Amino acid sequence: MQITLSVNGETRGLDLDPRVTLLDALRDHLRLTGSKKGCDHGQCGACTVLMDGRRVNACLVLAAMAEGAEITTVEGLGSPEAPAALQAEFTACDGFQCGYCTPGQIMSATGMLGEAREGWPSHVSPSLAGPVSLSDGEIAERMSGNLCRCAAYPSIRQAIAKAAALPDETVAEAGE
Amino acid sequence: MRPFGYTRPAGLAEAGTAAAEGATLIAGGTNLLDLMKLQVAAPERLADIGHVPGLDGIEETETGLRIGALVTNSALAADPRIRKGWPVLSRAILAGASGQIRNRATTAGNLLQRTRCPYFQDPASACNKRVPGSGCPARGGVSRMTAILGTSENCIAAHPSDMAVAMVLLGAEAEIRAAAGTSRRLALPDLWRVPGDQPDEETTLQPGEIITAVHLPAPRGGAVQAYRKGARRNRDAGTGCLARP
Repeated sequence: MQITLSVNGETRGLDLDPRVTLLDALRDHLRLTGSKKGCDHGQCGACTVLMDGRRVNACLVLAAMAEGAEITTVEGLGSPEAPAALQAEFTACDGFQCGYCTPGQIMSATGMLGEAREGWPSHVSPSLAGPVSLSDGEIAERMSGNLCRCAAYPSIRQAIAKAAALPDETVAEAGE
Repeated sequence: MRPFGYTRPAGLAEAGTAAAEGATLIAGGTNLLDLMKLQVAAPERLADIGHVPGLDGIEETETGLRIGALVTNSALAADPRIRKGWPVLSRAILAGASGQIRNRATTAGNLLQRTRCPYFQDPASACNKRVPGSGCPARGGVSRMTAILGTSENCIAAHPSDMAVAMVLLGAEAEIRAAAGTSRRLALPDLWRVPGDQPDEETTLQPGEIITAVHLPAPRGGAVQAYRKGARRNRDAGTGCLARP
């Protein structure tokens, strides 16, 4: 079937079997291999992308279901010359070991910081009324949909905390 | 995944007709696509209702709140009215899954998600819910996450939803549209069947019926609400959940 996807601001037409997931469309058909396939069942978070600004597991969305949505992958976040705040902090804090989960971690953190800015509570928030204070425990809980087999979690949380402490507009730019 | 046809109904009438003709409805897809990859589910046709207009809002009504079927679990848990008046619902939703899943999972889809019984999710195993008459290896098998109450000789599967526990407690009702266009309301406990001798029949929905919303009655004034869940990890389905209004 004919499917039109809008990815990182570009519109791309594809002829795909309805079974193709958004993740496979990105990786195998658009050659955007930054989004990774870990478990392919929505448990590891390596495939996390933004769909209309919200983080989702690209392995649990059919490409056909994503038609009409604006998709942002790690390739659309920043560049080596001008990395997004989270990309710079992951590098500065050594927030990875093998790096396989990193694009998903960074895309998830991008979405997560947006959710926190909007005041969304989490399971560990002491109050539902807010405001959200991104403690180490809050970051861990909010990032629990992203697994790191190397267990680089302390550095990942540190990188996210440092990006979260930057002025809002800097982080907001990373989410656009 | 097995091959399937994909359509996007423009509205509820078209979606109802598709469902009455045997199409499987999909919206968030977080549970259904997972089961399709495992070949536990193999629908011939998917009707994607994720873009049907008018189903993604939360409105105040004379009696409480009307939550559209397509409101995401994230949006529902974060809604200021829910956080203030029905906090047990926010807490229950936030006790399950992950941020990514909650951003896609919908209100009606959460109610209709399938059990996490390991034998149901494994096509190589017998399972009366998946293949009626094949047996229930969960009885006497790996049963840590299965049900204690409401079981039968044929099935001991539990519903995995945290959200549903809170909604039942709060007296929620499902708003259901029949393919003919009529609408009915159903107290949530009456939406599901206990397994009995037909564990493959999970709900009381008729062919072509679609859950269009969930109605929450006004909260009881002065009550303290809390949700407690016992699970190995937060993201797992609960092995025991308690909620009180």
